[in-house]
Amino acid sequence: MLCDVCGKNQATVHLTEIVDEQMTELHLCEGCAKQKSMQMEQQFGLSDLLAGLADFGKHTGEIEPLKLKCPNCNLTYEDFKKIGRLGCSSCYSTFIRYLLPLLKRIHGTTVHTGKVPKGAAVGVSAADSSFRKTAETTSSPKNDMLELKTKLQEAVRLENFEEAAKLRDKLKELENKPSGVSKNKAPARESSRRKKEQG
Amino acid sequence: MKLDDLINQVSEWLRGTGSDSDIVISSRIRLARNFTGIPFPHWANKEQENKVIEQVKAGISQSAHLKNSLFFMLSDLDNIDKQFLVERHLMSHEHATHPDTKAICLTSNEVISIMINEEDHLRIQVMKSGFDLDDAWQIINKLDDDLSNNFPFAFSKELGYLTACPTNTGTAMRVSIMLHLPVLVMTRQIDRVLDAIAKLSFTTRGLYGEGTQASGNFFQISNQVSLGQKEEEILDKLKGVIRQIIDQEKTARQALLSKHKHMLEDKIWRSYGTLINAHIITSQETVELLSMLRLGQDLGIIKGLERYLINELFILTQPAHLQQIEKKKLNPQERDIKRAELIREKLSIKKINKDNTN
Repeated sequence: MLCDVCGKNQATVHLTEIVDEQMTELHLCEGCAKQKSMQMEQQFGLSDLLAGLADFGKHTGEIEPLKLKCPNCNLTYEDFKKIGRLGCSSCYSTFIRYLLPLLKRIHGTTVHTGKVPKGAAVGVSAADSSFRKTAETTSSPKNDMLELKTKLQEAVRLENFEEAAKLRDKLKELENKPSGVSKNKAPARESSRRKKEQG
Repeated sequence: MKLDDLINQVSEWLRGTGSDSDIVISSRIRLARNFTGIPFPHWANKEQENKVIEQVKAGISQSAHLKNSLFFMLSDLDNIDKQFLVERHLMSHEHATHPDTKAICLTSNEVISIMINEEDHLRIQVMKSGFDLDDAWQIINKLDDDLSNNFPFAFSKELGYLTACPTNTGTAMRVSIMLHLPVLVMTRQIDRVLDAIAKLSFTTRGLYGEGTQASGNFFQISNQVSLGQKEEEILDKLKGVIRQIIDQEKTARQALLSKHKHMLEDKIWRSYGTLINAHIITSQETVELLSMLRLGQDLGIIKGLERYLINELFILTQPAHLQQIEKKKLNPQERDIKRAELIREKLSIKKINKDNTN
């Protein structure tokens, strides 16, 4: 198979792009793939910039839980993205999984080391440890896949194709597990790009 | 004590006392606090906001730090009063813009002010004259302890204090130092300094905080990061940075004085001349000229002027203050005339001896 772009060299990189459930395939040679990946990075950088701080979901290639709603104040994740403010203190536990990367980006860390109000330590810590637990429980198995995909993207971006192949296999394994997230839907809704190397 | 009475006193932060007060105007610490479960002000309904106000009111009456404090519902204040409080740095511009179900509490010496239902349920502020973060921290820390006895503030052991905006999460503390850096500006070294500050993740703002341009020679430097560092660490880091800026401004002042003494004296005395002779003057021009006057006083070029008087003039010549003094609404042209009148009056009673200059 020849490269779709230059039509001269043998295509060794096969790019599948799924945007809004529309799938396009590109077969590229090494050189053209490099160029394409540079273009993608540039686009990514710009949109990333425009989306602003609250738009961190795309950064990790995750499906954004726009409809996720705080049970205490009814603020949705979509509201938060629009306003840039949370609705109440309970929003932190509701959106914790998506807030942690944001907090990390703003502050460089997600662990408070400062003042603890008197008398608050006992009562709050119980509710508090559930914070990260919430983040953890939501992390499997659906989010394991997301994490793998993120890593896969990164590996492809760095042209570490050996690693990418390993990740792809792991991902396939997960996708085929019956307990996994519906294997058709999750990747289709994602507007991320996947590259596969064919040996 | 009423709001009108404040006009007759010099705010604590304007006294021009405290360490390094030739360069550091004021030290301010602000803590954001919220009630667990009640929606943050922007997301709350009126009933919930009123509940917050009632609770805070009750808590205030029990705090020893807030004895004899003033409490106002912003809806009870007219526009000049609100602007007046903004000009005195007792509340934010944002707080004044949407006055519904918002309140402010302040001590009569104006050291402590608490905005209720601003971006967070409580925004507690302590402001001191000069470079005095230790004292400011001591006061605000105790006051916060005091208030937490009455309120279960929204707090997570892992993330710290929970705030409406994730940029404040953690310590929920913002420390701001207001600096007067005329010579770093004059000698065009300021951009280099501000660049360095930004790299250390501190931000620079104008005289009136968030969203304002750094105007004239005044700069507000504050911390950007509120999570992952102890309050004392944040304070220490900022102190270190400010200390260096102070040294740079001092060095620049001495260098200018030794190389271009006449030019500097000329600039300062011309500023003085304009101030005591002008009959129409805008607030922008006033700030620029007063900045030079302050520099002249700092360097001993102008003697017989107290620093607090110059500081006070910065505030008294602001639009709402002029209208508060006149007790009526003034249009911009009328204000420019009144401003000039006030400056002439305040400066002329001082005996400035030009012979002292050398």
